[in-house]
Amino acid sequence: MTRADTHQAIEAVWRIEAARVIAGVARMVGDVGLAEELAQDALLAALEQWPAEGVPRNPGAWLMTTAKRRAIDQIRRRERFEARMPDLLRPDTVDGGFDAVLEDTIEDDLLRLVFTACHPVLAPEARVALTLRMLGGLSTDEIARAFLVPGATVGQRISRAKKTLADAKVPFELPTGAARSERLDSVLEVIYLIFNEGYSATAGDDWMRPALCEEAMRAGRVLAGLMPAEPEVHGLVALMEIQASRSAARTGPSGEPIVLLEQDRSRWDRLLIRRGLAALDRAEELGGGTYTLQAAIAACHARAATAGDTDWHRIAALYASHPPSPIVELNRAVAVSMADGPAAGLAVLDPLLEEPSLRAYHLLPTVRGDFLAKLGRRDEARAEFERAATMTRNERERALLLDRAAAL
Amino acid sequence: MRYMLMHKVDDADPAAWSPTPEFLGRMGGFMAEVDKAGVLLAAEGLAPSSAGAAVIRVKNGTQTVVDGPFAEAKEVIAGFAILQVRDHAEAVEWAQRFGALFEDIEVEIEVRRVPDHN
Repeated sequence: MTRADTHQAIEAVWRIEAARVIAGVARMVGDVGLAEELAQDALLAALEQWPAEGVPRNPGAWLMTTAKRRAIDQIRRRERFEARMPDLLRPDTVDGGFDAVLEDTIEDDLLRLVFTACHPVLAPEARVALTLRMLGGLSTDEIARAFLVPGATVGQRISRAKKTLADAKVPFELPTGAARSERLDSVLEVIYLIFNEGYSATAGDDWMRPALCEEAMRAGRVLAGLMPAEPEVHGLVALMEIQASRSAARTGPSGEPIVLLEQDRSRWDRLLIRRGLAALDRAEELGGGTYTLQAAIAACHARAATAGDTDWHRIAALYASHPPSPIVELNRAVAVSMADGPAAGLAVLDPLLEEPSLRAYHLLPTVRGDFLAKLGRRDEARAEFERAATMTRNERERALLLDRAAAL
Repeated sequence: MRYMLMHKVDDADPAAWSPTPEFLGRMGGFMAEVDKAGVLLAAEGLAPSSAGAAVIRVKNGTQTVVDGPFAEAKEVIAGFAILQVRDHAEAVEWAQRFGALFEDIEVEIEVRRVPDHN
Protein backbone atom coordinates (compact mmCIF):
# COMPACT_ATOMS: atom_id res chain seq x y z
CA MET A 1 0.00 0.00 0.00
CA THR A 2 1.36 3.43 -0.88
CA ARG A 3 1.34 6.28 1.59
CA ALA A 4 -1.58 7.94 -0.23
CA ASP A 5 -3.55 4.65 -0.16
CA THR A 6 -2.91 4.33 3.57
CA HIS A 7 -4.17 7.86 4.11
CA GLN A 8 -7.35 7.09 2.22
CA ALA A 9 -7.78 3.86 4.15
CA ILE A 10 -7.38 5.77 7.43
CA GLU A 11 -9.95 8.32 6.33
CA ALA A 12 -12.35 5.51 5.43
CA VAL A 13 -11.87 3.98 8.89
CA TRP A 14 -12.46 7.41 10.38
CA ARG A 15 -15.75 7.91 8.55
CA ILE A 16 -16.96 4.55 9.80
CA GLU A 17 -15.73 4.95 13.37
CA ALA A 18 -15.82 8.71 14.12
CA ALA A 19 -19.28 8.79 15.70
CA ARG A 20 -18.59 5.82 17.98
CA VAL A 21 -15.23 7.19 19.10
CA ILE A 22 -16.62 10.68 19.77
CA ALA A 23 -19.63 9.21 21.57
CA GLY A 24 -17.52 6.88 23.71
CA VAL A 25 -15.18 9.69 24.75
CA ALA A 26 -18.04 12.13 25.29
CA ARG A 27 -19.50 9.87 27.94
CA MET A 28 -16.14 10.00 29.77
CA VAL A 29 -15.59 13.74 29.56
CA GLY A 30 -19.24 14.84 29.43
CA ASP A 31 -18.53 17.39 26.70
CA VAL A 32 -19.01 16.56 23.00
CA GLY A 33 -16.82 19.45 21.86
CA LEU A 34 -13.88 18.21 23.89
CA ALA A 35 -14.66 14.63 22.89
CA GLU A 36 -14.53 15.55 19.23
CA GLU A 37 -11.15 17.22 19.67
CA LEU A 38 -9.76 14.18 21.51
CA ALA A 39 -11.10 11.92 18.78
CA GLN A 40 -9.47 14.15 16.16
CA ASP A 41 -6.19 13.80 18.10
CA ALA A 42 -6.53 10.04 17.83
CA LEU A 43 -7.09 10.40 14.08
CA LEU A 44 -3.91 12.50 13.81
CA ALA A 45 -2.01 9.84 15.75
CA ALA A 46 -3.30 7.21 13.30
CA LEU A 47 -2.21 9.33 10.35
CA GLU A 48 1.28 9.55 11.90
CA GLN A 49 1.67 5.94 12.99
CA TRP A 50 -0.26 3.70 10.62
CA PRO A 51 1.62 4.51 7.42
CA ALA A 52 4.82 3.28 9.09
CA GLU A 53 3.44 0.54 11.37
CA GLY A 54 0.56 -0.67 9.22
CA VAL A 55 -3.18 -0.45 9.87
CA PRO A 56 -3.98 -2.33 13.10
CA ARG A 57 -6.20 -5.42 13.01
CA ASN A 58 -9.04 -3.63 14.74
CA PRO A 59 -8.62 0.00 13.70
CA GLY A 60 -11.84 1.15 15.39
CA ALA A 61 -10.73 -0.19 18.75
CA TRP A 62 -7.30 1.42 18.25
CA LEU A 63 -8.90 4.83 17.64
CA MET A 64 -11.24 4.41 20.60
CA THR A 65 -8.45 3.38 22.98
CA THR A 66 -6.13 6.14 21.84
CA ALA A 67 -8.84 8.77 22.21
CA LYS A 68 -9.84 7.43 25.64
CA ARG A 69 -6.22 7.46 26.81
CA ARG A 70 -6.01 11.09 25.80
CA ALA A 71 -9.24 11.75 27.63
CA ILE A 72 -7.77 10.17 30.76
CA ASP A 73 -4.65 12.34 30.41
CA GLN A 74 -6.90 15.34 30.04
CA ILE A 75 -8.95 14.37 33.08
CA ARG A 76 -5.83 13.71 35.15
CA ARG A 77 -4.74 17.22 34.48
CA ARG A 78 -8.01 18.51 35.79
CA GLU A 79 -7.98 17.88 39.47
CA ARG A 80 -11.68 18.34 39.86
CA PHE A 81 -12.24 15.05 38.08
CA GLU A 82 -9.98 13.19 40.46
CA ALA A 83 -12.86 11.53 42.31
CA ARG A 84 -13.93 9.76 39.12
CA MET A 85 -10.48 8.39 38.28
CA PRO A 86 -10.72 4.76 39.48
CA ASP A 87 -13.63 4.04 37.14
CA LEU A 88 -11.95 5.57 34.18
CA LEU A 89 -8.70 3.73 34.56
CA ARG A 90 -10.12 0.33 33.80
CA PRO A 91 -7.75 -1.56 31.53
CA ASP A 92 -8.71 -1.29 27.91
CA THR A 93 -6.58 -3.13 25.39
CA VAL A 94 -6.05 -2.20 21.78
CA ASP A 95 -6.82 -5.66 20.39
CA GLY A 96 -9.86 -6.26 22.56
CA GLY A 97 -13.16 -6.50 20.71
CA PHE A 98 -16.33 -5.08 22.15
CA ASP A 99 -18.43 -7.59 23.97
CA ALA A 100 -22.22 -7.45 23.86
CA VAL A 101 -22.54 -5.42 27.05
CA LEU A 102 -20.13 -2.78 25.82
CA GLU A 103 -21.93 -2.76 22.47
CA ASP A 104 -25.16 -1.72 24.19
CA THR A 105 -23.34 1.08 25.95
CA ILE A 106 -21.87 2.29 22.69
CA GLU A 107 -25.29 2.39 21.07
CA ASP A 108 -26.66 4.47 23.94
CA ASP A 109 -23.66 6.76 23.66
CA LEU A 110 -24.26 7.13 19.91
CA LEU A 111 -27.85 8.07 20.57
CA ARG A 112 -26.76 10.61 23.20
CA LEU A 113 -24.40 12.06 20.59
CA VAL A 114 -27.19 12.41 18.02
CA PHE A 115 -29.51 14.11 20.51
CA THR A 116 -26.76 16.47 21.65
CA ALA A 117 -25.73 17.46 18.11
CA CYS A 118 -29.40 18.24 17.36
CA HIS A 119 -30.05 20.04 20.64
CA PRO A 120 -32.65 22.85 20.35
CA VAL A 121 -30.27 25.29 22.04
CA LEU A 122 -28.39 25.33 18.70
CA ALA A 123 -29.45 27.14 15.53
CA PRO A 124 -30.64 24.78 12.77
CA GLU A 125 -27.54 25.29 10.61
CA ALA A 126 -25.33 24.53 13.62
CA ARG A 127 -27.27 21.30 14.27
CA VAL A 128 -26.80 20.29 10.65
CA ALA A 129 -23.05 21.01 10.71
CA LEU A 130 -22.50 19.19 14.03
CA THR A 131 -24.52 16.18 12.91
CA LEU A 132 -22.59 15.83 9.65
CA ARG A 133 -19.30 16.33 11.44
CA MET A 134 -19.88 14.10 14.47
CA LEU A 135 -22.29 11.46 13.23
CA GLY A 136 -21.11 11.40 9.62
CA GLY A 137 -17.39 12.00 10.18
CA LEU A 138 -17.36 14.66 7.44
CA SER A 139 -14.60 17.26 7.40
CA THR A 140 -15.32 20.97 7.75
CA ASP A 141 -14.28 21.39 4.12
CA GLU A 142 -16.68 18.71 2.90
CA ILE A 143 -19.57 20.31 4.79
CA ALA A 144 -18.65 23.73 3.37
CA ARG A 145 -18.61 22.41 -0.20
CA ALA A 146 -21.95 20.71 0.31
CA PHE A 147 -23.60 23.91 1.54
CA LEU A 148 -21.79 26.28 -0.88
CA VAL A 149 -20.27 28.34 1.94
CA PRO A 150 -16.61 29.09 2.80
CA GLY A 151 -14.82 26.53 4.98
CA ALA A 152 -14.11 29.20 7.59
CA THR A 153 -17.86 29.79 7.99
CA VAL A 154 -18.50 26.14 8.77
CA GLY A 155 -15.46 26.05 11.08
CA GLN A 156 -16.84 28.98 13.05
CA ARG A 157 -20.32 27.49 13.05
CA ILE A 158 -18.97 24.28 14.58
CA SER A 159 -16.74 25.91 17.19
CA ARG A 160 -19.53 28.28 18.21
CA ALA A 161 -21.94 25.36 18.46
CA LYS A 162 -19.53 23.47 20.73
CA LYS A 163 -19.19 26.55 22.90
CA THR A 164 -22.96 27.02 23.05
CA LEU A 165 -23.38 23.41 24.22
CA ALA A 166 -20.66 23.87 26.86
CA ASP A 167 -21.99 27.26 28.05
CA ALA A 168 -25.53 25.91 28.28
CA LYS A 169 -24.11 22.93 30.22
CA VAL A 170 -26.08 20.58 27.97
CA PRO A 171 -25.64 17.19 29.62
CA PHE A 172 -24.53 14.20 27.56
CA GLU A 173 -27.65 12.17 28.18
CA LEU A 174 -30.81 10.83 26.61
CA PRO A 175 -33.85 13.06 26.93
CA THR A 176 -36.71 11.46 28.84
CA GLY A 177 -40.40 12.11 29.39
CA ALA A 178 -42.13 14.86 27.48
CA ALA A 179 -38.84 16.35 26.25
CA ARG A 180 -38.02 13.13 24.43
CA SER A 181 -40.51 13.41 21.59
CA GLU A 182 -39.75 17.09 21.07
CA ARG A 183 -36.02 16.33 20.94
CA LEU A 184 -36.62 13.44 18.54
CA ASP A 185 -38.56 15.82 16.29
CA SER A 186 -35.49 18.03 16.16
CA VAL A 187 -33.25 15.08 15.22
CA LEU A 188 -35.60 13.99 12.42
CA GLU A 189 -35.91 17.58 11.21
CA VAL A 190 -32.12 17.94 10.98
CA ILE A 191 -31.80 14.70 9.01
CA TYR A 192 -34.59 15.70 6.61
CA LEU A 193 -33.07 19.16 6.23
CA ILE A 194 -29.79 17.55 5.15
CA PHE A 195 -31.67 15.31 2.72
CA ASN A 196 -33.58 18.19 1.16
CA GLU A 197 -30.43 20.26 0.79
CA GLY A 198 -28.93 17.42 -1.22
CA TYR A 199 -32.16 16.88 -3.15
CA SER A 200 -32.20 20.53 -4.24
CA ALA A 201 -28.73 20.23 -5.80
CA THR A 202 -28.64 20.98 -9.51
CA ALA A 203 -26.44 19.81 -12.36
CA GLY A 204 -22.93 21.25 -12.14
CA ASP A 205 -22.96 21.56 -8.34
CA ASP A 206 -20.05 20.12 -6.38
CA TRP A 207 -20.66 16.36 -5.99
CA MET A 208 -20.70 16.82 -2.22
CA ARG A 209 -24.13 18.47 -2.55
CA PRO A 210 -26.14 15.56 -3.94
CA ALA A 211 -24.06 13.31 -1.65
CA LEU A 212 -25.93 14.97 1.24
CA CYS A 213 -28.95 12.83 0.33
CA GLU A 214 -26.88 9.72 0.94
CA GLU A 215 -25.50 11.17 4.17
CA ALA A 216 -29.03 11.84 5.39
CA MET A 217 -30.23 8.36 4.43
CA ARG A 218 -27.24 6.83 6.15
CA ALA A 219 -27.91 8.86 9.30
CA GLY A 220 -31.59 7.89 9.15
CA ARG A 221 -30.74 4.19 8.87
CA VAL A 222 -28.27 4.48 11.75
CA LEU A 223 -31.00 6.13 13.83
CA ALA A 224 -33.49 3.40 12.86
CA GLY A 225 -30.98 0.85 14.18
CA LEU A 226 -30.60 2.80 17.42
CA MET A 227 -34.33 3.47 17.94
CA PRO A 228 -36.11 0.55 16.26
CA ALA A 229 -39.35 1.15 18.19
CA GLU A 230 -39.85 4.75 17.00
CA PRO A 231 -42.38 4.80 14.13
CA GLU A 232 -41.40 8.20 12.79
CA VAL A 233 -37.72 7.24 12.43
CA HIS A 234 -38.81 4.47 10.05
CA GLY A 235 -41.31 6.88 8.48
CA LEU A 236 -38.58 9.37 7.69
CA VAL A 237 -36.28 6.64 6.35
CA ALA A 238 -39.13 5.41 4.14
CA LEU A 239 -39.83 8.92 2.88
CA MET A 240 -36.16 9.54 2.02
CA GLU A 241 -35.65 6.16 0.33
CA ILE A 242 -38.75 6.59 -1.84
CA GLN A 243 -37.94 10.20 -2.74
CA ALA A 244 -34.33 9.26 -3.55
CA SER A 245 -35.58 6.42 -5.77
CA ARG A 246 -36.73 9.08 -8.26
CA SER A 247 -33.41 10.98 -8.47
CA ALA A 248 -32.45 9.74 -11.91
CA ALA A 249 -35.90 10.43 -13.38
CA ARG A 250 -36.63 13.87 -12.04
CA THR A 251 -34.48 15.92 -14.42
CA GLY A 252 -34.24 15.87 -18.19
CA PRO A 253 -31.10 15.79 -20.36
CA SER A 254 -30.49 19.52 -19.97
CA GLY A 255 -31.22 19.56 -16.27
CA GLU A 256 -34.83 20.71 -16.60
CA PRO A 257 -37.14 19.43 -13.86
CA ILE A 258 -39.63 16.71 -14.78
CA VAL A 259 -42.78 16.58 -12.65
CA LEU A 260 -43.66 13.34 -10.89
CA LEU A 261 -46.48 12.24 -13.19
CA GLU A 262 -44.37 12.74 -16.31
CA GLN A 263 -41.28 10.88 -15.07
CA ASP A 264 -40.00 7.78 -16.84
CA ARG A 265 -40.77 5.22 -14.13
CA SER A 266 -38.36 2.69 -15.58
CA ARG A 267 -35.64 4.99 -14.23
CA TRP A 268 -36.93 4.80 -10.67
CA ASP A 269 -34.60 2.86 -8.40
CA ARG A 270 -36.40 -0.37 -7.51
CA LEU A 271 -33.93 -1.23 -4.74
CA LEU A 272 -34.62 2.03 -2.89
CA ILE A 273 -38.38 1.66 -3.47
CA ARG A 274 -38.30 -1.84 -1.97
CA ARG A 275 -36.34 -0.56 1.02
CA GLY A 276 -38.68 2.41 1.39
CA LEU A 277 -41.81 0.24 1.31
CA ALA A 278 -40.30 -2.11 3.91
CA ALA A 279 -39.47 0.84 6.19
CA LEU A 280 -43.00 2.18 5.66
CA ASP A 281 -44.48 -1.17 6.76
CA ARG A 282 -42.47 -0.99 9.99
CA ALA A 283 -43.49 2.64 10.56
CA GLU A 284 -47.18 1.87 10.03
CA GLU A 285 -47.07 -1.18 12.29
CA LEU A 286 -45.63 1.01 15.03
CA GLY A 287 -48.27 3.72 14.65
CA GLY A 288 -46.84 6.24 12.19
CA GLY A 289 -46.90 10.03 12.24
CA THR A 290 -46.54 12.84 9.72
CA TYR A 291 -43.33 11.54 8.07
CA THR A 292 -45.02 8.15 7.81
CA LEU A 293 -48.05 9.78 6.15
CA GLN A 294 -45.85 11.58 3.65
CA ALA A 295 -44.03 8.32 2.98
CA ALA A 296 -47.37 6.54 2.52
CA ILE A 297 -48.37 9.13 -0.10
CA ALA A 298 -44.99 8.79 -1.84
CA ALA A 299 -45.48 5.01 -1.74
CA CYS A 300 -48.78 5.30 -3.66
CA HIS A 301 -46.78 6.76 -6.54
CA ALA A 302 -43.95 4.24 -6.12
CA ARG A 303 -46.39 1.31 -6.32
CA ALA A 304 -48.08 2.54 -9.51
CA ALA A 305 -46.54 1.05 -12.66
CA THR A 306 -47.77 4.02 -14.69
CA ALA A 307 -49.06 7.46 -13.71
CA GLY A 308 -52.52 6.27 -14.78
CA ASP A 309 -52.40 3.44 -12.22
CA THR A 310 -52.01 5.83 -9.28
CA ASP A 311 -54.45 5.15 -6.44
CA TRP A 312 -55.73 8.74 -6.08
CA HIS A 313 -58.55 7.75 -3.74
CA ARG A 314 -55.99 6.45 -1.28
CA ILE A 315 -53.81 9.55 -1.69
CA ALA A 316 -56.83 11.80 -1.06
CA ALA A 317 -57.69 9.74 2.03
CA LEU A 318 -54.11 9.98 3.30
CA TYR A 319 -54.16 13.77 2.92
CA ALA A 320 -57.48 13.81 4.79
CA SER A 321 -55.86 11.97 7.73
CA HIS A 322 -52.86 14.35 7.71
CA PRO A 323 -52.82 17.12 10.37
CA PRO A 324 -54.77 19.80 8.50
CA SER A 325 -53.10 22.86 6.96
CA PRO A 326 -53.98 24.98 3.93
CA ILE A 327 -51.16 23.38 1.90
CA VAL A 328 -52.30 19.87 2.82
CA GLU A 329 -55.83 20.83 1.79
CA LEU A 330 -54.57 22.17 -1.54
CA ASN A 331 -52.81 18.86 -2.15
CA ARG A 332 -55.94 16.97 -1.15
CA ALA A 333 -57.95 19.01 -3.68
CA VAL A 334 -55.56 17.90 -6.44
CA ALA A 335 -55.81 14.25 -5.34
CA VAL A 336 -59.62 14.46 -5.16
CA SER A 337 -59.75 15.96 -8.67
CA MET A 338 -57.60 13.10 -9.97
CA ALA A 339 -59.80 10.55 -8.19
CA ASP A 340 -63.29 12.00 -8.73
CA GLY A 341 -62.92 14.68 -11.38
CA PRO A 342 -62.31 18.45 -11.46
CA ALA A 343 -65.72 19.42 -10.01
CA ALA A 344 -65.04 17.40 -6.84
CA GLY A 345 -61.55 18.95 -6.66
CA LEU A 346 -62.98 22.43 -7.00
CA ALA A 347 -65.38 21.79 -4.12
CA VAL A 348 -62.41 21.05 -1.84
CA LEU A 349 -60.37 23.92 -3.23
CA ASP A 350 -62.82 26.83 -3.15
CA PRO A 351 -62.99 27.23 0.65
CA LEU A 352 -59.23 27.91 0.50
CA LEU A 353 -59.92 31.19 -1.34
CA GLU A 354 -60.80 32.61 2.08
CA GLU A 355 -57.48 31.41 3.55
CA PRO A 356 -55.26 34.43 4.37
CA SER A 357 -51.99 32.42 4.33
CA LEU A 358 -52.60 31.41 0.69
CA ARG A 359 -53.58 34.86 -0.55
CA ALA A 360 -50.22 35.41 -2.31
CA TYR A 361 -49.58 31.74 -3.14
CA HIS A 362 -49.49 31.30 -6.91
CA LEU A 363 -50.25 27.57 -6.85
CA LEU A 364 -53.78 28.19 -5.58
CA PRO A 365 -54.94 30.07 -8.74
CA THR A 366 -52.78 27.73 -10.87
CA VAL A 367 -54.57 24.65 -9.57
CA ARG A 368 -57.95 26.40 -9.69
CA GLY A 369 -57.30 27.46 -13.29
CA ASP A 370 -56.47 23.88 -14.14
CA PHE A 371 -59.74 22.56 -12.65
CA LEU A 372 -61.79 25.30 -14.39
CA ALA A 373 -60.11 24.60 -17.73
CA LYS A 374 -60.95 20.90 -17.43
CA LEU A 375 -64.55 21.87 -16.66
CA GLY A 376 -64.65 24.00 -19.83
CA ARG A 377 -65.08 27.24 -17.86
CA ARG A 378 -62.52 28.96 -20.04
CA ASP A 379 -62.95 32.62 -19.11
CA GLU A 380 -62.65 31.89 -15.42
CA ALA A 381 -59.67 29.57 -16.04
CA ARG A 382 -57.90 32.27 -18.09
CA ALA A 383 -58.41 34.81 -15.30
CA GLU A 384 -56.94 32.38 -12.74
CA PHE A 385 -53.83 31.63 -14.85
CA GLU A 386 -53.28 35.37 -15.38
CA ARG A 387 -53.70 36.00 -11.65
CA ALA A 388 -51.18 33.22 -10.88
CA ALA A 389 -48.74 34.76 -13.40
CA THR A 390 -48.70 38.02 -11.45
CA MET A 391 -47.88 36.13 -8.23
CA THR A 392 -45.00 33.87 -9.21
CA ARG A 393 -41.46 35.13 -8.98
CA ASN A 394 -40.17 32.45 -11.33
CA GLU A 395 -39.87 33.79 -14.91
CA ARG A 396 -40.12 30.38 -16.53
CA GLU A 397 -43.26 29.60 -14.59
CA ARG A 398 -44.79 32.99 -15.43
CA ALA A 399 -44.25 32.40 -19.15
CA LEU A 400 -45.81 28.94 -18.83
CA LEU A 401 -48.88 30.33 -17.05
CA LEU A 402 -49.38 33.10 -19.64
CA ASP A 403 -49.09 30.48 -22.40
CA ARG A 404 -51.80 28.42 -20.75
CA ALA A 405 -54.02 31.51 -20.41
CA ALA A 406 -53.50 32.42 -24.07
CA ALA A 407 -54.27 28.86 -25.23
CA LEU A 408 -57.77 28.94 -23.71
CA MET B 1 -22.13 5.99 -4.24
CA ARG B 2 -22.73 2.28 -4.46
CA TYR B 3 -20.40 -0.67 -4.57
CA MET B 4 -21.04 -4.34 -4.97
CA LEU B 5 -18.91 -6.77 -2.99
CA MET B 6 -18.80 -10.31 -4.33
CA HIS B 7 -16.96 -13.12 -2.63
CA LYS B 8 -15.78 -16.19 -4.42
CA VAL B 9 -14.81 -19.57 -3.01
CA ASP B 10 -13.87 -22.99 -4.36
CA ASP B 11 -17.03 -24.58 -5.77
CA ALA B 12 -15.78 -28.08 -4.87
CA ASP B 13 -14.50 -27.40 -1.35
CA PRO B 14 -17.14 -28.76 1.08
CA ALA B 15 -15.71 -26.65 3.91
CA ALA B 16 -16.56 -23.50 1.96
CA TRP B 17 -20.25 -24.45 1.79
CA SER B 18 -20.87 -25.91 5.24
CA PRO B 19 -20.06 -23.04 7.53
CA THR B 20 -19.39 -23.72 11.21
CA PRO B 21 -21.66 -22.18 13.84
CA GLU B 22 -18.74 -19.96 14.86
CA PHE B 23 -18.42 -18.66 11.30
CA LEU B 24 -22.17 -18.06 11.06
CA GLY B 25 -21.98 -16.13 14.34
CA ARG B 26 -19.18 -13.93 13.04
CA MET B 27 -21.05 -13.40 9.77
CA GLY B 28 -24.26 -12.48 11.59
CA GLY B 29 -22.38 -9.98 13.72
CA PHE B 30 -20.75 -8.43 10.67
CA MET B 31 -24.02 -8.11 8.75
CA ALA B 32 -25.60 -6.42 11.79
CA GLU B 33 -22.63 -4.04 11.94
CA VAL B 34 -22.93 -3.07 8.26
CA ASP B 35 -26.67 -2.67 8.60
CA LYS B 36 -26.43 -0.51 11.72
CA ALA B 37 -23.78 1.63 10.06
CA GLY B 38 -26.48 2.56 7.52
CA VAL B 39 -24.37 1.16 4.71
CA LEU B 40 -26.05 -2.11 3.71
CA LEU B 41 -28.60 -1.87 0.90
CA ALA B 42 -28.95 -5.54 -0.06
CA ALA B 43 -27.14 -8.85 0.31
CA GLU B 44 -27.60 -12.50 -0.57
CA GLY B 45 -25.67 -15.69 -0.10
CA LEU B 46 -25.54 -18.27 -2.92
CA ALA B 47 -25.48 -22.06 -2.98
CA PRO B 48 -22.73 -24.13 -4.68
CA SER B 49 -23.24 -25.09 -8.34
CA SER B 50 -24.34 -28.61 -7.30
CA ALA B 51 -27.51 -27.10 -5.79
CA GLY B 52 -28.77 -25.78 -9.12
CA ALA B 53 -26.75 -23.71 -11.53
CA ALA B 54 -26.26 -23.12 -15.22
CA VAL B 55 -23.97 -21.15 -17.47
CA ILE B 56 -25.28 -19.72 -20.70
CA ARG B 57 -22.65 -18.71 -23.23
CA VAL B 58 -23.48 -16.66 -26.30
CA LYS B 59 -21.06 -16.62 -29.21
CA ASN B 60 -21.94 -15.17 -32.59
CA GLY B 61 -25.55 -15.24 -31.55
CA THR B 62 -25.51 -18.97 -30.76
CA GLN B 63 -26.25 -20.06 -27.22
CA THR B 64 -24.88 -23.01 -25.32
CA VAL B 65 -26.30 -23.95 -21.96
CA VAL B 66 -24.24 -25.94 -19.46
CA ASP B 67 -26.03 -27.08 -16.33
CA GLY B 68 -24.33 -27.43 -12.96
CA PRO B 69 -22.71 -28.90 -11.06
CA PHE B 70 -19.65 -27.54 -12.82
CA ALA B 71 -17.27 -30.38 -13.52
CA GLU B 72 -13.94 -28.62 -13.25
CA ALA B 73 -13.19 -27.26 -9.78
CA LYS B 74 -13.20 -23.49 -9.91
CA GLU B 75 -14.09 -20.40 -7.96
CA VAL B 76 -17.72 -19.38 -7.96
CA ILE B 77 -19.53 -16.42 -6.46
CA ALA B 78 -20.77 -17.41 -3.00
CA GLY B 79 -22.55 -14.18 -2.13
CA PHE B 80 -22.82 -10.49 -2.74
CA ALA B 81 -23.67 -7.27 -0.94
CA ILE B 82 -24.59 -3.85 -2.27
CA LEU B 83 -23.27 -1.08 -0.05
CA GLN B 84 -23.80 2.66 -0.07
CA VAL B 85 -20.45 4.19 0.85
CA ARG B 86 -18.74 7.57 0.63
CA ASP B 87 -15.85 6.52 -1.54
CA HIS B 88 -13.81 3.65 -2.94
CA ALA B 89 -11.61 3.44 0.17
CA GLU B 90 -14.64 2.89 2.37
CA ALA B 91 -15.86 0.06 0.13
CA VAL B 92 -12.41 -1.57 0.36
CA GLU B 93 -12.39 -1.13 4.16
CA TRP B 94 -15.74 -2.95 4.50
CA ALA B 95 -14.53 -5.67 2.11
CA GLN B 96 -11.45 -6.18 4.29
CA ARG B 97 -13.59 -6.41 7.41
CA PHE B 98 -15.70 -8.99 5.61
CA GLY B 99 -12.55 -10.87 4.55
CA ALA B 100 -11.41 -11.02 8.18
CA LEU B 101 -14.39 -13.30 8.94
CA PHE B 102 -12.79 -16.11 6.94
CA GLU B 103 -10.12 -17.95 8.84
CA ASP B 104 -9.63 -21.37 7.25
CA ILE B 105 -11.38 -20.91 3.92
CA GLU B 106 -9.66 -19.39 0.95
CA VAL B 107 -11.74 -16.53 -0.36
CA GLU B 108 -11.48 -13.78 -2.95
CA ILE B 109 -13.54 -10.63 -2.56
CA GLU B 110 -14.18 -8.50 -5.58
CA VAL B 111 -15.12 -4.83 -5.03
CA ARG B 112 -16.95 -3.17 -7.93
CA ARG B 113 -18.54 0.23 -8.42
CA VAL B 114 -22.23 0.37 -9.28
CA PRO B 115 -22.61 3.37 -11.60
CA ASP B 116 -24.99 6.22 -10.79
CA HIS B 117 -27.69 6.82 -13.34
CA ASN B 118 -28.27 10.48 -12.63
